[in-house]
Amino acid sequence: MDVNSNRYTYLFSIIMVVIVAVLLSLAATVLKPFQDANMVLEKKSNILGSIGLVSENPDSLFNSVIVEQLVIRNGEVIESEVSAFDLDMAKAVKVSSNTRSVPLFVATYQDNTYYILPLRGKGLWGPIWGFISLQSDANTIYGASFNHEKETPGLGAEISTAIFQDQFPGKIIFSDSYDGIEVRKGDARTNQQVDGISGGTITSVGVQYMLEDCLIPYKAYLLKQVAESTVETHIETLADSSNTNHE
Amino acid sequence: MSKAMEKTAREPLFSKKNRRLLIDPMNENNPITVQVLGICSALAITVKMKPALVMGISVIVVMAAANVLTSLLRNLIPNRIRIIVQLVVVALLVILVDQVLKAFVYDVSKELSVFVGLIITNCIIMGRIEAFSLGNAPWKAFLDGVGNGVAYAGILLLVAFFRELLGNGTLFDYPIMAQLGVYDMGYTNNGMMLLPPMALIVVAIVIWIQRAKTPSLIEKD
Repeated sequence: MDVNSNRYTYLFSIIMVVIVAVLLSLAATVLKPFQDANMVLEKKSNILGSIGLVSENPDSLFNSVIVEQLVIRNGEVIESEVSAFDLDMAKAVKVSSNTRSVPLFVATYQDNTYYILPLRGKGLWGPIWGFISLQSDANTIYGASFNHEKETPGLGAEISTAIFQDQFPGKIIFSDSYDGIEVRKGDARTNQQVDGISGGTITSVGVQYMLEDCLIPYKAYLLKQVAESTVETHIETLADSSNTNHE
Repeated sequence: MSKAMEKTAREPLFSKKNRRLLIDPMNENNPITVQVLGICSALAITVKMKPALVMGISVIVVMAAANVLTSLLRNLIPNRIRIIVQLVVVALLVILVDQVLKAFVYDVSKELSVFVGLIITNCIIMGRIEAFSLGNAPWKAFLDGVGNGVAYAGILLLVAFFRELLGNGTLFDYPIMAQLGVYDMGYTNNGMMLLPPMALIVVAIVIWIQRAKTPSLIEKD
């Protein structure tokens, strides 16, 4: 057999490609359940991480802390075929913000309620994403975490560091004049501004657009929640005061 | 002819020649410090010991398996497409390693991210296949692959040891410096060790020491 004949070369390549393809698809199929389980676990620990919880066993903590997983569209909770947890943000953000279905996670931890909102947007080289958690007033940021696929280390990739993320807690996202957080070049003065990253301007602006774009679909729903809870507290205060009066 | 055949058949598994295949890459023919190959990954994943170790093990596995596979196929591979075949074999193994890492050590696989894929282009692997395993029997090719893989992993770990210890004060994430109490004496971590250029400098120091100690590597001028 002539190893260097054309016929043999073609035959060899065809057989090789088929064998390799079979091997790879076999490996992918067998390992997929394990890989998917890892991704679910990672998402759970990311969601928990946005309210500052770290656990060796994110699965059980997630189940005990996250009390509600809602899908929201146009300010209303809707019944969705896809559960809030499985909702793909990459697809969701392509829909315009008033018809978009978005997931919302409600957590209670040590008697405090937190709203956890997933984010997704564009950086310079690829997608950026993260989670933002709000305090029970549904307007003050409790924690923020961002991540990226391929931003430049030392520049845009700094959005995933504590130095950048620690600016967010305490800021507010909805005000009369502006919805979102402005990522500024230079000093951040108001409670809706944070410092951007020098040399990472496009990624910083990406974070700002991502916040704007991803927070607006929640606005109507969150404001309603706050209104209800204020009414409740108001009633409670009234009840309290009437009690005092009786005494 | 038959005598020669008998001779090779009787050669013990760890004959002196075979042992040299295994040990040579670890000193006088080290792929990183002597041949200066695979430097790119030596920069990228030597910030911490754990990813360096996983990367090292992955490369050993891929290199040994790729060497054996190509050596088994060496009389079947058409000469004109041999580079493509080498690439396919290495790529197959690398994708398998990547999938296994993703399934069982997810956090490490995330940290290694693109570098696992880049094992395919690690010139040490392609170099050993082209230069050695296409012309040698599987057992020898295996030894050569393991030898070069271990040599590569050794340098990675050595560099990572200094970078993690001096840059982060930890080893395998264990806070060794804090345990030793050196911070109380005014010691601080050197953040520069975590930046890529310091990997080059550490590698260069290793090369310097090795050359100074090995007379055969010193060039006559």
